[in-house]
Amino acid sequence: MGMSMLEAAHENGIDLEGACEGSLACSTCHLIVMDVDYYNKLDDPTDEENDMLDLAFGLTETSRLGCQVVAAPELDGIRVALPPATRNFAVDGYKPKPH
Amino acid sequence: MNQYGRVAKNDRCSFFGNVSLGSSVSLSELRELYHVVILAYGAESDRNLGINGEDLSGIHSAREFVWWYNGHPDGHDLAPDLQSSDTAVILGQGNVALDVARILLRPTAELSRTDISSHALAALEKSSIKKVYLVGRRGPVQAACTAKELREILGIKDLHVHIQEADLVKTPIDEEELKNNRIKRRIYDLLSKAATESSKQTTGQQELHFVFFRKPHSFLESDNKRGLVAGVHLEKTILKEDEDTRKQFAVGTGQFEDLESGLVLKSIGYKSVPVDGIPFDYNKGIIPNVGGRVLSHTSSGGDLAAVEEGVYVSGWLKRGPTGIIATNLYCAEETIASISEDIENGRLGSLCRQTKPGREGLGRLLDRRNVKVIPFSAWEKIDAEETRLGILKNKPRVKFTTWEDLLQVALH
Repeated sequence: MGMSMLEAAHENGIDLEGACEGSLACSTCHLIVMDVDYYNKLDDPTDEENDMLDLAFGLTETSRLGCQVVAAPELDGIRVALPPATRNFAVDGYKPKPH
Repeated sequence: MNQYGRVAKNDRCSFFGNVSLGSSVSLSELRELYHVVILAYGAESDRNLGINGEDLSGIHSAREFVWWYNGHPDGHDLAPDLQSSDTAVILGQGNVALDVARILLRPTAELSRTDISSHALAALEKSSIKKVYLVGRRGPVQAACTAKELREILGIKDLHVHIQEADLVKTPIDEEELKNNRIKRRIYDLLSKAATESSKQTTGQQELHFVFFRKPHSFLESDNKRGLVAGVHLEKTILKEDEDTRKQFAVGTGQFEDLESGLVLKSIGYKSVPVDGIPFDYNKGIIPNVGGRVLSHTSSGGDLAAVEEGVYVSGWLKRGPTGIIATNLYCAEETIASISEDIENGRLGSLCRQTKPGREGLGRLLDRRNVKVIPFSAWEKIDAEETRLGILKNKPRVKFTTWEDLLQVALH
């Protein structure tokens, strides 16, 4: 609980790049939220996040930065994928840790 | 510890700091010591305008200015004159141009809480620069900067931003350029908003002027002090469409105007530096390559037979000085894929034929030459000391900005 998707990915050994260490200075933790219902549950991105998302490759309508999406109970069951442009495979069925 | 530290401390990685390619060790020596050499040394030089007066004093490249305030030891002695004039002209409107403008305009009380170099902070505290002009050849739709940087400079307190409404008029091709480009749309919106708000403002302590559709023709020399720049002679431009690329480029109209200034920073792009032993593409300012494989000749048409065995490039040296962290990430992955392929397909012949001395051999060679190698642990000493000094002054760190100081801390 309270962990960002980026932190959770690293804790679970998933190769999600976070070059700027979550400081909103890059777009390397770009994730695609698979279900639009879950995407809509998230708080809107701030201007700062949008500025970085602008630069991300393979941007979609449900893209977010992994360092800005924080695990919460209502997000249980959220599925996120890494953009196709990376060499990593999509991450399916990831669930935030329960508190 | 961050990713960079983790990589540097990995057993399979050795960090040889303070070693200069070309003077401490040559590329051909490295190719004897290692099966694969990857050059990723970026772009440490500048593009030139090639116009009259470019060597007048008071004109610097933005890169040198950035090195100076960031504490790069090779930028330490720049000594830009920030006191003789109240105006700075920056040629270019990319992120580096915005960065240097921001450093010239940001309140020094705020800068003093950062890790900006002490010599730059001292100079900026005495600076007379009140007006900064950012000059671009084309319009707001073509501006090369990105939103984060633009937001940051537009957000400086008491800054009066000047943008001409007329410059914001869009042509049909401009609309096309904006249509599928989220980045450009955001920039255009930020500039439009700044233009509207600035028209309501009456005064500000300092001024930032966005000057569009002007290209530098020549530099003006001071009448009072010979050899010193006094301003820029600018030619008005209009946009024309390139039929092949469908991009708009600036064309001079023969109408001129002068912009007075005692400090000019050129921010028109970086260039890489060649290295002995492999070709260099002086046109593009990069090492000629295909997918990171260094070519034996500048124009090789992608023929794999004309590839230099065991030498690869990555990053700006490979693609030119553009792109973000993610661009460099994918670029590195491409180079590594080329290397893997070459190993699998037996194209790295020497790999099969012999073992190479590697890090032991390099260490011995550098030792024979009395090169003071800085291992990663010595960098960690520098890092720790800079951080410790920073804590005393409420900053993230206080940087050592000369080679002598750095070596002193690292090696003792």
